[in-house]
Amino acid sequence: MSFVPGQPVTAVVERVEIQKLRQGENLILGFSIGGGIDQDPGQNPFSEDKSDKGIYVTRISPKGPADLAGLKMGDKIMQVNGWDMTMVTHDQARKKLTKKREDVVRLLVTRKSLEEAVKHSKCSYPKH
Amino acid sequence: MAMERSWSLQRCPGLLFRPDSCRHSASSSKLFDGSSISFCHGEDLSNLCSPLLQLSCPSSSPTPIPSSSSHRFSLPCPPILPSLAPPSSASKIDSLRSKVDLLKLPLALSTKSISERKNQLGGVGEQRGTAGGGGARKARSPPTRDMDNESQYSGYSYKSSHSRSSRKHRDRRDRHRSKSRDSSSRGDKSVTIQTPGEPLLDAESTRGDDRDDNWGETTTVVTGTSEHSISNEDLTRVTKDLEESTPLECKRFVGPALGGCLSFFALVTPLAFLILPQVLWRDALEPCGTPCEGLYVSLAFKLLVLLISSWALFLRPPRATLPRFFVFRCLLMVLVFLFVASYWLFYGVRVLEPRERDYRGIVEYAASLVDALLFIQYLALVLLEVRHLQPAFCLKVVRSTDGASKFYNVGHLSIQRAAVWVLDRYYSDFPVYNPALLNLPKSILSKKMTGFKVYSLDENPTNNSTGQSRAMIAAAARRRDNSHNEYYYEEAEMDRRIRKRKARLVVAVEEAFTHIKRLQEEEATSSPKHPREVMDPREAAQAIFAPMARAMQKYLRTTRQQAFHSMESILTHLQFCITHNMTPKAFLERYLTAGPTMQYQQQNGRGRQWTLVSEEPVTSALRQGLVFSLRRLDFSLVVTVTPLPFLRLGEEFIDPKSHKFVMRLQSETSV
Repeated sequence: MSFVPGQPVTAVVERVEIQKLRQGENLILGFSIGGGIDQDPGQNPFSEDKSDKGIYVTRISPKGPADLAGLKMGDKIMQVNGWDMTMVTHDQARKKLTKKREDVVRLLVTRKSLEEAVKHSKCSYPKH
Repeated sequence: MAMERSWSLQRCPGLLFRPDSCRHSASSSKLFDGSSISFCHGEDLSNLCSPLLQLSCPSSSPTPIPSSSSHRFSLPCPPILPSLAPPSSASKIDSLRSKVDLLKLPLALSTKSISERKNQLGGVGEQRGTAGGGGARKARSPPTRDMDNESQYSGYSYKSSHSRSSRKHRDRRDRHRSKSRDSSSRGDKSVTIQTPGEPLLDAESTRGDDRDDNWGETTTVVTGTSEHSISNEDLTRVTKDLEESTPLECKRFVGPALGGCLSFFALVTPLAFLILPQVLWRDALEPCGTPCEGLYVSLAFKLLVLLISSWALFLRPPRATLPRFFVFRCLLMVLVFLFVASYWLFYGVRVLEPRERDYRGIVEYAASLVDALLFIQYLALVLLEVRHLQPAFCLKVVRSTDGASKFYNVGHLSIQRAAVWVLDRYYSDFPVYNPALLNLPKSILSKKMTGFKVYSLDENPTNNSTGQSRAMIAAAARRRDNSHNEYYYEEAEMDRRIRKRKARLVVAVEEAFTHIKRLQEEEATSSPKHPREVMDPREAAQAIFAPMARAMQKYLRTTRQQAFHSMESILTHLQFCITHNMTPKAFLERYLTAGPTMQYQQQNGRGRQWTLVSEEPVTSALRQGLVFSLRRLDFSLVVTVTPLPFLRLGEEFIDPKSHKFVMRLQSETSV
């Protein structure tokens, strides 16, 4: 999850597709985000690297659309509908997620357990 | 009479003092007969020594001392000595021991420690040495033999039964007595050779007190002589005194005298240039009017300036004699001489011979000489005074015996001048050298080495001495070594003791100071019905000294400073503090911390002998990586030279309006 400036960032990501839920006038996704390049990365409880200024999921409303879609708390959002989320301000991230015209957001999220799972699967199954 | 006085020891437990410093009249002791502490006098010591120390004398049983002081000063009998246990006071013992300090070290190799100790014991310097030596010469052999016993007593004086660690000390001493038979000296650098001694001599009197240990071992040499013979140590001491006395007086003033002559010659020359034509061929001279008068005035003024600056630069007696010539000064004197000589040469050839008639030219000639001399003065000023002000090197000065170190910044100097500079700073910056504080007590260090003996079983004994020693060291290292433990606990114990004694001392001094107060002028006249005894500072000091004396003595002994402070000096200091309205804390400041060496020096015109040891010629300039050392008799200062780093100073301008701040954000938005 840490990055070297100038080098491409590689991560194992999971695709999460969330259908927005209409509540009155608003379309809600059911989770909260924190982080951004204009924020203080040291306060992020979910990041491994405390200089990581990416967008993290800080809270999931139970039984909300994000919960149903399989988003977990502490996930780092890498892309939203193709838009990059690793180098955006907090407000830009919010805007990308809450576009009124879109009903569905497709996220690429990454978490530590994904890495582990891939590593685990690589080791245990011999190549044939 | 002397016998009585010497045996009535309850009256003579004084304090630490130098024998020849204690020249009070007998009347002053009468003040204190009532109290448990009284002062013993220097003259009595020699009488005291002989009867006190004839151990086999059956009639010389001491009177019992009063119980109030017996606690502090009574001594249990050491097992080796006969059952006579003179309850002598530590003070008298200290005084006796101090005399023996001056006597000791009979071998030529170690006489330097004698005079070194003389210098640093802070007494009256060489005079004290000779006085003490002279005083002790009268009664030498009994005291020296007996001093050994005294040393044991003085050691035991601390081991009174109610002291917690007394048993430990006694055990340690017993162990030492068996082991330290063949030990050489530890603290001082002097080499002593142990003659097959008497069993009395090997004891360490107080734990870690090197000085006692030493003289206990070496005074065996002296006991063979009769009272009136002069032994080797006396001879060496006498020659040392002789050689220290005369040459220094002369050598110091040769330089300034030479400079003075040269300056006088140079100053008189222009005047001579002016006067000679007037005297010799006055009628033939052309009169010169106003320009000459202007020249006269300027010449007079410049000569005055020259006079003052030559006095300042060349004629002040230096505070140090350097081993080699002071290069710049010699250079400048040679330059001045050359100038003046060449001017005289030209003068003789061009003016005196043909009887030059142009007086104005002569005056201008004299003026030009004075200008040239002024420029040389300016050059001298720069070379001698200014060049070494700009710091260029950092000198690290480390004292070899206890590692006290300081860093100084100096300019461009030669090695010898830098040495003088360092010594100036040494006397006021470094804490005084106290040989009693040097090494770990032997109890800690020497335990492990006595465990192994290595036998060589080879047929042909090859040179495996190094192998043996290495084997021993390796074996000793592998042993389970707890000496660090002992060292730690001993340090802790020592700290505790010092703090305890310090607390007692502070309280005693505070209390003592409350007993007197300054008499105001009005009180003296206004209350005739309460006649109080009016005392001058000296008497007041003596009056309040008694209650604090014991605590002071114990504290000084614990911190091993007793050699630096005699009773006389303490009284003088107390008198000084009372006179200047100082508080007890100000009085104690001198004793609670080890001051710089200057505090303990007495001014005598002799000067201190230091040896400059260097691999480079001492007139060469300082440069990086140079190391030289200044050696005194039993310690040395090692000086390392490093250049100061070159500094590149950059500039950064900060607009005062650019100081702006924002709060750190940690917002969470729900989407």
